[in-house]
Amino acid sequence: MQMADTPYQMPDAQGHFGPYGGVFVAETLIPALDSLREAYAACQKDPAFMEEYRYELRHFVGRPSPIYHAQRWSELLGGAQIYLKREDLNHTGAHKINNCIGQALLARHMGKPRVIAETGAGQHGVATATVAARYGLECVVYMGSEDIRRQAANVYRMKLLGASVVPVESGSRTLKDALNEAMRDWVTNIHDTFYIIGTVAGPHPYPQMVRDFQKVIGEECLTQMPEMTGRQPDAVIACVGGGSNAMGIFYPYIPHADVRLIGVEAAGDGLDSGRHAASLSAGRPGVLHGNRTYLLQNEDGQIIETHSISAGLDYPGVGPEHAWLKDCSRAEYVGVTDAEALQAFHDLCRYEGIIPALESSHALAYAAKLAPTLGKDKVLLVNLSGRGDKDMHTVAEKSGIQF
Amino acid sequence: MPLMHALVDGGADIIELGVPFSDPMADGPTIQRASERALAAGMSLRKVLALVEAFRKTNTTTPVVLMGYANPIEAMGAEAFVAAAAAVGVDGVLVVDYPPQECVAFAGIAKSAGIDPIFLLAPTSLESRFDDVAKAGSGYIYYVSLKGVTGSAKLDLDEVAQRIPLIRERVGMPVGVGFGIRDAETAKAVGAVADAVVIGSRIIEEIEHAGPDAAVARVTAFLRSIREALDSLGEPRS
Repeated sequence: MQMADTPYQMPDAQGHFGPYGGVFVAETLIPALDSLREAYAACQKDPAFMEEYRYELRHFVGRPSPIYHAQRWSELLGGAQIYLKREDLNHTGAHKINNCIGQALLARHMGKPRVIAETGAGQHGVATATVAARYGLECVVYMGSEDIRRQAANVYRMKLLGASVVPVESGSRTLKDALNEAMRDWVTNIHDTFYIIGTVAGPHPYPQMVRDFQKVIGEECLTQMPEMTGRQPDAVIACVGGGSNAMGIFYPYIPHADVRLIGVEAAGDGLDSGRHAASLSAGRPGVLHGNRTYLLQNEDGQIIETHSISAGLDYPGVGPEHAWLKDCSRAEYVGVTDAEALQAFHDLCRYEGIIPALESSHALAYAAKLAPTLGKDKVLLVNLSGRGDKDMHTVAEKSGIQF
Repeated sequence: MPLMHALVDGGADIIELGVPFSDPMADGPTIQRASERALAAGMSLRKVLALVEAFRKTNTTTPVVLMGYANPIEAMGAEAFVAAAAAVGVDGVLVVDYPPQECVAFAGIAKSAGIDPIFLLAPTSLESRFDDVAKAGSGYIYYVSLKGVTGSAKLDLDEVAQRIPLIRERVGMPVGVGFGIRDAETAKAVGAVADAVVIGSRIIEEIEHAGPDAAVARVTAFLRSIREALDSLGEPRS
């Protein structure tokens, strides 16, 4: 395909990844996005800004995160060797902080004293509240009331960090509705507010900017994997909701054509059940939240309610770059059910002593399916995007246990 | 449909008919609730078009502009939508999340079918945007009179008075002003500088408070008060 002859250069100047991405917002937001794009472009080229970003990643987040060989689990599965990129060891317990540091520095650079965010599982909300406290910014986090119920511990964390958490009661009361509400706040308070979007979706420049602030994950892997195994992995596997941890680890591997990139979506009760959140596997292209991408929608173009055991994957859209990588076949996208993800969650706890996030458990579950089909000399790299402490209640509930 | 006729009876010159969407990002709580109610009752883009068709059986003169979001149109297909809209007598279409640079093809299809693509301008819009909407749009410009979502409270009249003549001159189209017009007083103040006032959330509030039986009477009465206020300004500007 075209990427073999020309280097991968996405998005274009208007934020398009082929037919996807773009800026599909009301006129009221256009000037804010224009000035964000300009500020981001300037900061990218500013050595002092980038040096501060890297310093914060090293000293505040704890990067580089290690890669861990899940030897026992690999042996039990009886095939390829599974390696885990330990984003769960980051400060705040997930990859989300990488992006929040970048955007908070940008907010400060642009002179915005107030940051807002949407959150699903609460990881991005916690990361945003954390950086807001770190840089002395006022912080408001929008969260669906259904997610607030599922993620009570993270809600309390955000409050401890000084953020206000605003419950969103509209629509399905989950991530997509929180995003709508955050957009409404932003359009009303543009003069003093920076909107920290947590995933590689939304209007340009967000998909590109969030990817760029997350690509440190894959860049570290490019160095770490040869040090540990003498080569790059055969496949890189990551879960995909909006898709920021996946873009972060995939992006630096895109030019490495012999490395398979596998995105794992939430198949919920199964792709045939209608209760899932697999927009790339089961959706159609459309326009939502400022970009064109694959969406779960009915035949009238209304967005449908999604389901996943993991709040962080419970989203009817997906970042536009994933839509593009799917269409041009550079990445493959598969589905993993709630039950399969739960099994992988328990297996990693028992065999490796690591409690993974339910989101990341989807990627682990696919690795567990794939590994036995491959030889023992093959190497799978899984992005362990977050830790599972926040999921205690969900998992206990599934097992019929009450605290 | 009785409500559409009520709007005309109350003195509306143009009807902007909302197409409900599950995720109305640019709208405030009032229109959002209206959207949710409409969807729960089975409303869809196709049914909105059928509504216009029924309205046209007795009213062939009042312009009807459809206002909504891109995804229902894209799900139907831009060409199929424009053809159906033209066939039932739609005069314009305002797609909130289609800024000019993202809908060159769509605006072209609409124009060639005789449907005006209406665009928004905002207080924060740079003057370079005026040229973009002048090129892509036709019919009129919808000036969003304040920062925020539909139904918000604050309205900066001085700002509106300053910007409207400038926009009218640059885009060569009439300018309607909306967002935040709540009563005869604000309508009159805005009407003194704008070519039209656009009222949405406030009418929906009347409908919400009145309930199904009294809605027609309440909406007609509310609009009459606006009409009288605007008419007291004298002759409409040419």
